[in-house]
Amino acid sequence: MALAFEKLHWHSKLEVAEYLVPASLTEALDMLASHGGKARVIAGGTDVIPELRSRKLDVSVLVDVSRLPDMDGIEADGDDIVIGGGVTHAAAAASPLIQDKASALATGCGWVGSPQIRNVATLAGNLVSGQPAADASVPLLALDAEVTIASAKGERVVPLSEFFLGLGQTALDPGREILTSIRFQALADNQGSAYLRLAKRKALNLPILVCAVKATADGGNIASAAIALGPVAPVPFRERAAEEFVAGKPATMETLTQAGETATATCNPRDSLLRGSCDYRTEMVKVFVRRGLTAALAQAGCTVK
Amino acid sequence: MSTVELSFKLNGREVSLSVAPDTLLVDLLREGLGLTGTKAGCREGECGACTVLLDGTPMNSCLLPAVKAQGREVTTIEGLEKTDGSLEPLQEAFMGEGAAQCGFCTPAMILTATALLKNNPDPDEGEIRHALSGVICRCTGYRKIVQAVQTAAKARS
Repeated sequence: MALAFEKLHWHSKLEVAEYLVPASLTEALDMLASHGGKARVIAGGTDVIPELRSRKLDVSVLVDVSRLPDMDGIEADGDDIVIGGGVTHAAAAASPLIQDKASALATGCGWVGSPQIRNVATLAGNLVSGQPAADASVPLLALDAEVTIASAKGERVVPLSEFFLGLGQTALDPGREILTSIRFQALADNQGSAYLRLAKRKALNLPILVCAVKATADGGNIASAAIALGPVAPVPFRERAAEEFVAGKPATMETLTQAGETATATCNPRDSLLRGSCDYRTEMVKVFVRRGLTAALAQAGCTVK
Repeated sequence: MSTVELSFKLNGREVSLSVAPDTLLVDLLREGLGLTGTKAGCREGECGACTVLLDGTPMNSCLLPAVKAQGREVTTIEGLEKTDGSLEPLQEAFMGEGAAQCGFCTPAMILTATALLKNNPDPDEGEIRHALSGVICRCTGYRKIVQAVQTAAKARS
């Protein structure tokens, strides 16, 4: 059967003139380059489609990267884990490698949207959307991940600490560039991670607060810790003051409580009827930093006294 | 407007058609092909009523460009009915347990549960609730829906 459905753009109302499906990364990058910024990469589409419908995006061409070869791997590379740009949240959450060597990321990926969303939405897209409540972005920030960004001009590697520039703004130009892979160190035996999330419902709910922690234990001491928070500022961020405070200190409840107290300097959450007051969320930052450190240290084999 | 040629398997049958490049799968199914069992609710991926199976995996058809179905297999609620008119154990269980009230979420619930039982034939209540968490029901309180999935799982085993 062969039917024409030209009328259907009426109902979809995306107002996109072309939908391109490149067969290779080179072809995808050339397509983007030839449209001079008026094309947009689409992977899972779970952010791009609503943004097109609400006219937050002004693009005439979509370039679908979800069928590019060699983008869906989750692999160990020496001490590192490398996640391809096409990997979905469902695949990451179910990966034994990520569950074992980056558990905070597996937990965060399991919270994104709903099962249906996680089945198509990619970690790369979670990063590129640049939202402060992004459940994959916050643990990746704590894991000191770096991303490889490709364009027609070549490749560059950007650490996530330099990636998030503002609400919805990242170091990547989604009209010209593609995030091809994510790399970070797998947790060593004396390291642990944790992901804590505060939300009103258990699914289909953006969080009030999330906290990802990676901790390195040295006997009964905290050798170092990475603490990432969202959405309590326009971008997900690392709480450096608390990280510096705990480094080299004994893993006691007193240390962790004081770390929580120092962790609110960068926080400036909005008062929100849906997501709580600024005061409440700031208080919860203290609690989550303490609990996150406790859980990450426990995974590292260090019981907080 | 230009069109895109598209071929995929829909409920076991090969279909070939041409669509506008920005057509969403939910609109192609409902408006283009008359398969109105798939519901368009929020159109933002928040309610899950538009869930279909793409290669057996639940996805929100309101967020899927139809072009993404190229070469793949789409299953809608209409695809569960057998040629002799009989229904799947899940559908029978939803009727038997009274697991539908207004019915708007029911196709999505049944398709999502179909995918669950294929991967996990004997799920516990927590696994059922987790698997169904992407579909919102505003009538039932979910209890009868969970019971129906449990009943269907027993009937299949």
